[in-house]
Amino acid sequence: MSQTTSHAEMQPATEGQPATKGEVQHHPIRLYLVVWAWLFILSTCSYLVDYFQLAGYLRWSLILSFMALKAGLIVAVFMHMAWERLAFIYAILLPPTLLLVFVGIMVFESDYTLLSRVTFFSAG
Amino acid sequence: MNELAPTTPNAKIANAKIAPATGWRGTVADWSSDQRAFRTVSWGKAMMWVFLLSDTFVFSCFLIAYMTARMSTTVPWPMPSEVFALEVSGHHFPLLLIAIMTFVLISSSGTMAMAVNFGYRRDRRKTAALMLATALLGAAFVGMQAFEWTKLISEGVRPWGNPWGAEQFGASFFMITGFHGTHVTIGVIFLLIIARKVWRGDFDGGRRGFFTSRKGNYEIVEITGLYWHFVDLVWVFIFALFYLW
Repeated sequence: MSQTTSHAEMQPATEGQPATKGEVQHHPIRLYLVVWAWLFILSTCSYLVDYFQLAGYLRWSLILSFMALKAGLIVAVFMHMAWERLAFIYAILLPPTLLLVFVGIMVFESDYTLLSRVTFFSAG
Repeated sequence: MNELAPTTPNAKIANAKIAPATGWRGTVADWSSDQRAFRTVSWGKAMMWVFLLSDTFVFSCFLIAYMTARMSTTVPWPMPSEVFALEVSGHHFPLLLIAIMTFVLISSSGTMAMAVNFGYRRDRRKTAALMLATALLGAAFVGMQAFEWTKLISEGVRPWGNPWGAEQFGASFFMITGFHGTHVTIGVIFLLIIARKVWRGDFDGGRRGFFTSRKGNYEIVEITGLYWHFVDLVWVFIFALFYLW
């Protein structure tokens, strides 16, 4: 176990560069402040989508892209995924993509349910 | 192979073998290494990630169930921007409280990221202070959520019905935000415990843990941070899919 616990020793890594030799990464604080500012901007933008009551495909594409950008920034920079090895990135980020299949299945399912309800259960 | 003398090209090949390969080659090498698949990730970090992966599936099930309920109902869904609107000094703001909660949680993620950074710099005081700030922002978030729940319950929202439309609204709302709020609450407790350890200098003096009897190190700050950022990440999805739909 000593091998697995001793890795957190300080590693001299240059700023901004991926510290592939050791786990300890030294990024300038500025990087986090920039990401923080971007998350604020993106949140404000998605709030404004609601405030100006945009509708239809424009609303959906804007909301989903702001969401994806925010999620990407948090995972990549705040959770340090951008500096992990590819084997780990795939192990963690590949399984959730299966959820898109699940979403697809349930979209068809709910369309079918809605159709049945409209056809057989609505008044008139 | 034909010459054994340490010439420069051979030395280069030897070095290339020692240095871990990157990209797809590295992925194959890591998984087939018959040792640790995650070469640069400690077991603590890997286990937190695996837990977060399982949590991703739990939250996804809630959100997909909500999507299915909302897409299949013939009754109009209550308008979130009206339901969660606030009147501030005569002005009508849609989703105001939710926007403030979003900014508070994002700010807490920012302070957490910096706490991790200062932790690896072994700056005990700044790390603890930033973790404390994160916990305070998290507690503020939970407080605002309690306010929101109180407001909605007093307006007549129940898991089985509400005054505005589809009955599944209440069940989805309480389930999703309740589960997320529980995560935030647990995160605040987790943060306070680790911040206390950092402040006390456990990871500088090599003090042994109460449960594990083993020496900890500053990596636990990053592991706590992973959990906290995940809570923020889930809120990003809830904000977009529940409140802005």
